Amino acid sequence: MLRANNIRKSFGDTQVLRDVSVNISRGEVVAIIGRSGSGKSTLLRCLNHLETIDSGSILIGGQAMVTTVDGHAQYASEKALRGLCLKMGMVFQDYNLFPHYSVLKNLVMPQRMVLGRSRQEAEQYAMELLAKVGLSDKAAQYPCNLSGGQQQRVAIARALAMDPEILCFDEPTSALDPQLTAEVLAVIRQLAVEKRTMIVVTHEMNFARDVADRVIYMAGGEVVEDGPAKDVLGSERSEAIRAFAGEASY
Amino acid sequence: MQYFNNPQALLRLITAMQDGFANTLIIFFATLVFSIPLGMVVALLRMNRRRIISAPISLYILVMRGTPLMLQIFAVYFAVPMLLGVNFDRLYATILAFSLNYAAYFAEIFRGGMLSIPVGQHEASQVLGLTRAQTFFHIVLPQVLKRVLLPVSNEVITLVKDTSLANVIAVSELFRAAKNEASRTASIEPLFVAGLFYLIMNGVVTLVFGYLNRKLSYYKE
Repeated sequence: MLRANNIRKSFGDTQVLRDVSVNISRGEVVAIIGRSGSGKSTLLRCLNHLETIDSGSILIGGQAMVTTVDGHAQYASEKALRGLCLKMGMVFQDYNLFPHYSVLKNLVMPQRMVLGRSRQEAEQYAMELLAKVGLSDKAAQYPCNLSGGQQQRVAIARALAMDPEILCFDEPTSALDPQLTAEVLAVIRQLAVEKRTMIVVTHEMNFARDVADRVIYMAGGEVVEDGPAKDVLGSERSEAIRAFAGEASY
Repeated sequence: MQYFNNPQALLRLITAMQDGFANTLIIFFATLVFSIPLGMVVALLRMNRRRIISAPISLYILVMRGTPLMLQIFAVYFAVPMLLGVNFDRLYATILAFSLNYAAYFAEIFRGGMLSIPVGQHEASQVLGLTRAQTFFHIVLPQVLKRVLLPVSNEVITLVKDTSLANVIAVSELFRAAKNEASRTASIEPLFVAGLFYLIMNGVVTLVFGYLNRKLSYYKE
């Protein structure tokens, strides 16, 4: 489904990603955990072409988004990139809803502009998705009138409206208090039950353990551990994970 | 007191200033019509990543904001015909000079507005598959317009009063008409009547911007 090989990325002199490789299979829920600055968000942003990589390759559904020729990353054409990025959905930490559009229009406008859906079709689908995230009654509201948790659920619905093959979450609950976090995680959990392919960058260890099929632990711009959630976060977990989770080591 | 205690004389004065006021309105509206879109284009060029494009635009903005508008009016009316061999109508020269000057100010206001839009809006647009043009016209521009309304209203109010500068190349606008009446009748009262015209015009401008502000406050950020 998604294959990223030997990704390298620097900001100036700082190497943020050092030779990172990740594979995501269809229907898999992958949690990426790690300290701030470990490169996990940067990796996710590279997969969505929000950052460009220095070298390596990214294939989405078998199609190359970027390959490396003679040590330099070569991206597909702008049009091809737009098509590939449409296969990826993205939910941001700070929601990034369009403040000048109502909740409904946030979901309808991209469907119509990008996918060419009719107004009726787009609105019907938008209402279905709003029902799914429990916000049918907020369709006419503007984002500024919603709580953070509600805004994030709208953002999830907006991403779903584009029918992405892989849904990415970049610390979707970091800006929320525990109660609002719970309502957003409930939505993501529901999507996991439906076997959606998802990549979730998160600090919520319990959530990662419960929902993810696979956990990738990153540190210092490298993938340190990559395995089934029950192994990486289970009782056999490593010293590195224990230290990351703030557990005292014995 | 020749005018303020004599309604008939005042009415005659206002009638005499009518044509001047019409020209003032023409300069005002024509400048807005040309300088606002031009300012938007200048702002976008100024933000272009290629220095070969942004550097000359920076120079243009520096010159337009760094020299007196009065001088620019002279330059357009006298220097341009000398260089290009075409003669300008006084009014057209005025409108051209004003538009070039105000476009520079509007450009910087628009640029500030565009830079103030969070990068997340661009990123969200990109991941949703919107093209750059769609992002600009549907996502960025509407939010920029709300953000720049106040500084733009400042410029528009200044423009109302700046139109009086056209009298330096003898365009018969409101202030020149008032000055002519003043010297003809050896009274400064016509100048105050002109001042009243500008004040009323800016009252209207203030009302219009108040209305626009209410129209755009259907959402908060």
